[in-house]
Amino acid sequence: MTHPVTTQVGAPSPKMLEVKNLKTHAFTKRGIVKAVDGVDLQISSGEVLGLVGESGCGKTMTGFSIIGLVDPPGRIVAGAVRFKGEDLGSAGAERMRSLRGDRIAMIFQDPMMALNPVLRVDTQMVEAVQAHRAVDRATALALAHEALVQVGMPAPERRLRAYPHELSGGMRQRIVIAIAFLNKPDLIIADEPTTSLDVTIQAQILHEVQGLCRKTGTAMIWITHDLAVVAALADRIAVMYAGRIVETGRAEDVVERPLHPYTRGLIGSVPSHNRRGASLTQIPGLPPSLIELPAGCAFHPRCGRATALCREEPEERAVGAGRHLRCFHPLVEALS
Amino acid sequence: MTALVEVRGLTKRFVKRPDLAGRIAGRLGADIRAETVHAVDGVDLAIAKGEVVGLVGESGCGKSTLGRMIAGLLEPTEGEVFFKGRSRVRLSGAEAREARLAVQMLFQDPYASLNPRARVETIVGEAPRVHGLVPRAKLAAYIDDLLARVGLSPDEVKRRYPHQFSGGQRSRIGIARALAVRPEVLVCDEAIAALDVSIQAQILNLFMDLRASLNLTYLFISHDLGVVEHICDRVVIMYLGRVVEMVPTSELFAGPNHPYAQALLAEVPRLDARKRVFEPIKGEIPSPLDPPHGCHFHPRCPHAMPRCRTEAPRLKAIAPGRLSACHLNDA
Repeated sequence: MTHPVTTQVGAPSPKMLEVKNLKTHAFTKRGIVKAVDGVDLQISSGEVLGLVGESGCGKTMTGFSIIGLVDPPGRIVAGAVRFKGEDLGSAGAERMRSLRGDRIAMIFQDPMMALNPVLRVDTQMVEAVQAHRAVDRATALALAHEALVQVGMPAPERRLRAYPHELSGGMRQRIVIAIAFLNKPDLIIADEPTTSLDVTIQAQILHEVQGLCRKTGTAMIWITHDLAVVAALADRIAVMYAGRIVETGRAEDVVERPLHPYTRGLIGSVPSHNRRGASLTQIPGLPPSLIELPAGCAFHPRCGRATALCREEPEERAVGAGRHLRCFHPLVEALS
Repeated sequence: MTALVEVRGLTKRFVKRPDLAGRIAGRLGADIRAETVHAVDGVDLAIAKGEVVGLVGESGCGKSTLGRMIAGLLEPTEGEVFFKGRSRVRLSGAEAREARLAVQMLFQDPYASLNPRARVETIVGEAPRVHGLVPRAKLAAYIDDLLARVGLSPDEVKRRYPHQFSGGQRSRIGIARALAVRPEVLVCDEAIAALDVSIQAQILNLFMDLRASLNLTYLFISHDLGVVEHICDRVVIMYLGRVVEMVPTSELFAGPNHPYAQALLAEVPRLDARKRVFEPIKGEIPSPLDPPHGCHFHPRCPHAMPRCRTEAPRLKAIAPGRLSACHLNDA
């Protein structure tokens, strides 16, 4: 049933996306919410990056910042987003609009919110094509049909003529995914797209997305709280905590040999095969408020390895191939 | 030994009758009929004292409806719920009250299931006060004890309102409220699904501690097989209102019998099954408004035979303590 999939190694592919020291803060009455506080990311074409973190860690805001959908009171206060060498920070609203939905697409968590309830599926899909390409309706419709076939939609002709409320949650999410792939984008940002779906439907969608990325060379950022989903899907994993990426690396390295105490805590919290009935290793305490972040490493109040040093800010450093870490006291036994 | 809670032939149908306009249109010859959802269709289940039973299935399979009937929040259309061997509808007076209080429910949404305008001490203390379980003079101490038991510090939390707490803390308040009437059975309906992974682990550990210290019995409703595997002794798998397999946890994960159980297990993303190609079972989940004939699973089943389209398989013992509803077992 399961086959190992070879990850694309070999010639270093050009960086599709480079995010450097991105900071997105929201200026509210209660204070400054540091939702994204110094994030660095890199993705090559055809690569799937899993961005993992718990609610409120800033993972969705990172996605919104890349695609330029940050609403007030939120604002990007520092950092650069380079997409195929182009600085998106200095791109105007017009340029961003032409990129969005064409070169960079986004899949949102709730498909009912992402689809217009009063328009038929074909209208919405044709609109998405014609917004970026001068083609007639018949051509656009043919592309829409092809996209639905690609995501494994049963009876696509019938679905094209349906309204969103006539479809199940899994079918709606497939349509949203088909729209994201419609213009063959270079990058897709997927924000918890399978969280609200049942496991058998989630498996179908993961299967199709995985295949499409391999086939089209589209890079993908898969934002999720579910480490198990990205462990199976992603090439690389970035773990986010309180607005920062605390650990990145190849998926198997991060899951098998986590270096950051938070990553290990997350993995220990997931019930797994061989520890049935045993008490789960829990991370004590609660995630911090993004308004009053602890000084230094934001994880130190919950960390068993914390020392006085952790009140200082740990710099991101490279540890091994493609592996980055922000921690003074990594789980070194994992390195050897 | 009689089971602590047992249900026999439990069935729940929800009927949506046509509204006035529909009835008029019906008189005029339009084809408008009452829509019937077969949420739960003849379920038999016995839960022994101290057991943790997992109830698994996808959305719309009737697992929540079954849980609500067992907790007494919904009346079954057919069938009966037995508590300690006695039918709950035939009990009266103090016995009926005792049987009702003995089964408590924990809800999925830690936000919607707490009264936003009541303080924590009111939320937790209301039921024992109303039912006269605790003398008024001892109520405050009783509430403090409950809050401490679920891992909250009473002096910090009891005067506060639900909106001042995080999701995990609210879950704990909900658990304290359920424990306040000294139940023997907890029905947990996706009780940890809305929580973050690290908080889920905390609450799961709390469930296991409480099971040991209070000798509780759980019916644990979840779509998350990893969680179910972790804490349950036995797993009941439902598909479109019917039980398809009932099996001790270790045997299920060693080798599921029913094709639907096999599909579910194969598709759970796991940390220890990295980098694989997903090979999903085909098709959507059918609507419970119009379930397929015969075996409900046959349109999606890779092993479907002609017989599966016409005849619903019965739940039969295939090994000691293990039941499955599939025609393949007869072959």
